[in-house]
Amino acid sequence: MYAFDIERPTSLADAKALLAGEAQALGGGQTLIPTLKQRLADPGTLVCLSGIAEMKGVTSGPDGVAIGGGTTHAEAAEGLKDAIPGLAYLASRIGDPAVRNRGTIGGSLANDDPSACWPAGALGLGATIVTDAREIAADDFFQGMFTTALEDGEIVTAVRFPVPEASAYSKMIQPASRFPLVAAFVARFPDGVRVAITGASEDGVFRWREAEGALSADFSPEVVTGQPEGPMIADLHGTADYRRHLCAVMTRRAVRAALDGTGGLSSAGA
Amino acid sequence: MPQVSMTVNGRAVSGEVEGRTLLVEFLREGLRLTGTHVGCDTSQCGACAVHVDGKLVKACTAFAAELDGAEVTTIEGMAGADGSLSAVQQAFQDYHGLQCGFCTPGMVMAGAALLEENPRPSEADVRQYLEGNICRCTGYHNIVKAIMAASGQEVEPVAAE
Ligand SMILES: Cc1cc2nc3c(=O)[nH]c(=O)nc-3n(C[C@H](O)[C@H](O)[C@H](O)COP(=O)(O)OP(=O)(O)OC[C@H]3O[C@@H](n4cnc5c(N)ncnc54)[C@H](O)[C@@H]3O)c2cc1C
Ligand code: FES
Ligand code: FES
Repeated sequence: MYAFDIERPTSLADAKALLAGEAQALGGGQTLIPTLKQRLADPGTLVCLSGIAEMKGVTSGPDGVAIGGGTTHAEAAEGLKDAIPGLAYLASRIGDPAVRNRGTIGGSLANDDPSACWPAGALGLGATIVTDAREIAADDFFQGMFTTALEDGEIVTAVRFPVPEASAYSKMIQPASRFPLVAAFVARFPDGVRVAITGASEDGVFRWREAEGALSADFSPEVVTGQPEGPMIADLHGTADYRRHLCAVMTRRAVRAALDGTGGLSSAGA
Repeated sequence: MPQVSMTVNGRAVSGEVEGRTLLVEFLREGLRLTGTHVGCDTSQCGACAVHVDGKLVKACTAFAAELDGAEVTTIEGMAGADGSLSAVQQAFQDYHGLQCGFCTPGMVMAGAALLEENPRPSEADVRQYLEGNICRCTGYHNIVKAIMAASGQEVEPVAAE
């Protein structure tokens, strides 16, 4: 690692001031620390967000659930259990217990790994990403692999989720990394169904509109047929065709889990 | 250089660290607590797992400077003051839950964290909780058995003595 200083602000205002200079946010470090070890980042100063109480916790209100940007995956899984079981399931299956005790929703969304779990939950539910400067709809937030609408130094302070009638997450685990090989988040609202797929596309998380249309007319697994278009990721864990095939498989499983009310299911594959 | 203070295995400690000093470096090189192992240094294997404020954390994937004021428990803090092994440690011995022993500190810390959260786990719960802990020797079978036994549940006697 290159040398850097660490700052530990306890308020959002202080964090914002510190990030105005040559500095980078440190969430749970579960992506950034491995990146620093490979000398792929040279931040000068890291601004640690974990001491900021106002960025933590899960609160349910009349217009949905808000999760602080500094909330860990484990805390989110616990806090979401009753409100949105599908999203609680998603959080409860990220990585492993130690990763979930440090990694945060804000860090995951800001990082926008093309195989990450939270982006599927945020896009699948049509969440609103709240930053220290503005609010961004999930549909506008994700802009391709590792690319979001965030400006340099902008902090994800919270994420607001509408509560669906039913939702579930289905994840094919790539056993070496524990990330999804492909995963689908499905959410049914009174005005229609949303389907978000992660791990498959070279453009990162995406909404599978054809499946959304079919499921909005009839919310049952059998109607999910065909395959999404577009360039798919190919690597030693799976070919592009395999990933394209898995999109429908994962979506059908998610629909079944949403109907059963189990929140989701996962399997180790490839 | 920042000064950090924490409580490690019940003892107040402090020291100077760089921003980039990992918790595992602080423990092993600063405090000479070499029971916490570094297997991969890429956040994958769990050999470095410790408890931070009661939660399982990979010590190779946290900075010491982030954890000023934290309460840390390492494998050295698991046995009683008189050297008596904790329930999980004793079960690893009784059920042959290790071969080379390299993964064992992390496995014991993970097993203890699980039983804290879920005192009577199913075998599937144990296997799922150990997803972030890799063992290259045992095939996991006796590790799972040891943790089940440490929870006070019946397990088959060891296959080979
Ligand atoms: C073994 C292992 C398995 C994993 N498995 C999965 C998995 O199955 N699914 C999955 O989705 N992820 C997985 N991850 C990644 C994990 O979820 C990370 O926690 C997450 O990607 C990043 O969150 P973080 O809080 O650790 O962020 P950090 O690593 O601290 O930061 C990541 C990036 O986000 C920025 N950042 C951090 N917080 C904020 C914020 N609040 N606002 C703006 N920018 C911010 C940082 O500057 C950095 O650029 C895994 C990681 C490991 C090590
Ligand atoms: S050494 Fe920390 S996870 Fe392998
Ligand atoms: S006993 Fe050798 S790695 Fe687990």
